[in-house]
Amino acid sequence: MKIPKSFLGYKRENGRAGTRNHVIILPVDDISNACAEAVANNIKGTIALPHSYGRLQFGADLELHFRTMIGTGSNPNVAAVIVIGIEPKWTKRIVDGIAKTGKPVEGFHIERTGDIGTVMKASKKAQEFVMWASEKQREECPISDLWISVKCGESDTTSGLASNPTVGNLMDKLEPLGVHLCFGETSELTGAEKVCATRGATKEASDKFMKTWSSYNDFILKEATDDLSESQPTAGNIAGGLTTIEEKAFGNFQKIGSCKFVDVLEPAEEPKKGKGLYFMDTSSAAAECVTLQAAAGFNIHLFPTGQGNIVGNPIEPVVKLTANPLTVKGMGEHIDCDVSKILSREMNLSEAGDKLIETTLRVANGRLTCAEALGHKEFVMTKLYRSA
Amino acid sequence: MSTDIIIHDKKDNVGVVVIEKITPKQDCKCWIMEDDSSTDIQSMDEIPLGHKIAMVDLKEGDTILKYGHDIGKVVKSIKKGEHVHVHNVKTKKW
Repeated sequence: MKIPKSFLGYKRENGRAGTRNHVIILPVDDISNACAEAVANNIKGTIALPHSYGRLQFGADLELHFRTMIGTGSNPNVAAVIVIGIEPKWTKRIVDGIAKTGKPVEGFHIERTGDIGTVMKASKKAQEFVMWASEKQREECPISDLWISVKCGESDTTSGLASNPTVGNLMDKLEPLGVHLCFGETSELTGAEKVCATRGATKEASDKFMKTWSSYNDFILKEATDDLSESQPTAGNIAGGLTTIEEKAFGNFQKIGSCKFVDVLEPAEEPKKGKGLYFMDTSSAAAECVTLQAAAGFNIHLFPTGQGNIVGNPIEPVVKLTANPLTVKGMGEHIDCDVSKILSREMNLSEAGDKLIETTLRVANGRLTCAEALGHKEFVMTKLYRSA
Repeated sequence: MSTDIIIHDKKDNVGVVVIEKITPKQDCKCWIMEDDSSTDIQSMDEIPLGHKIAMVDLKEGDTILKYGHDIGKVVKSIKKGEHVHVHNVKTKKW
């Protein structure tokens, strides 16, 4: 297949390109959700991103909160942002962070004004932003403006056999074209960690990966009452034919094809070393992982699934693929790309990779994903430890 | 072109059943995905969908290779065509 050199995206003030053109209403903290949702209800075409945290966090956990908030607002899939928080100081910190991209952003705090007055002021600004954004047109952007994140979920044997290798095939084909790529799921790499470390493009990247994985593993060993042999692979995994944790990990690892990663990112950290593949230290929970990758600036997500995970994200379109014919048959409304013909050898890996590239570009050009059409907007903050 | 078993990598000593099940003495078609080539094997056991079959004789202590990588050790000898799973293979992790 001849891979198209461009897609139709929204050019942003900072030189990035978006696959979507959202105007978001971003609450700084849990108690500002009601206000943000009221504004989104008033002004059509905006979306509120309610979440559960943002009060009495501290240290690295608070830094991650700010990074996720600022990163989400800064994502090129977002045209403009309204930030609403209870207090002025943290609200301003997030507004200032997003403003560095050059996009329209305005903050409102609720203290001393109350919900109703804040909703009125924020709604007026949100209306102005959404009408401005509605005039933005898609323009031709080089394919290297795609920042593609990946994560799998509800995996079964068909994931390691076919859908994960399909994503790997896409990576092998798109990486030379200068795209940014990102995989995560620190926990799921256990069993393949030494081989994963050898995929660092530099010794520095390899060492950083082993340090990140070891720190996760130390945490597990500290909290666990015994080793993970009873829970990894799970009873369901074993019934499906997976024998060892190594086998499960290498199935997951197929998603990166033969690419090497240029750097290891903190959760929600923006890549700074140019094009290529990055590893991000994330949970393996679907919504948490995609939220962190979107906050790092990734503008389209590929999600291979076996049994049928249904996750979506409010700002980053999530493209689902599966190789399980029963999943296609039973819950086809969640599947954007069906590669189940691999199992019957009616399609080889390269053909499956081409089909996924085609689907990815259609979605990048504006076609809604199944998750978008079904209203999946899971926005889930990662919390590192308990609040003060 | 149909297949009964998928083998990821040429180096692998196991394949994965991709039909509902294979039965003892069944002549099975195998597809090596890495280079899109074919081979065949006769099964010894009944093996369900998603489970693994030994492509060669394996003895205690041997390493199982899948995706071209080490996924565990043989703890009970396995004959070519037999079912490979938790009863004869264990992780090297613990």
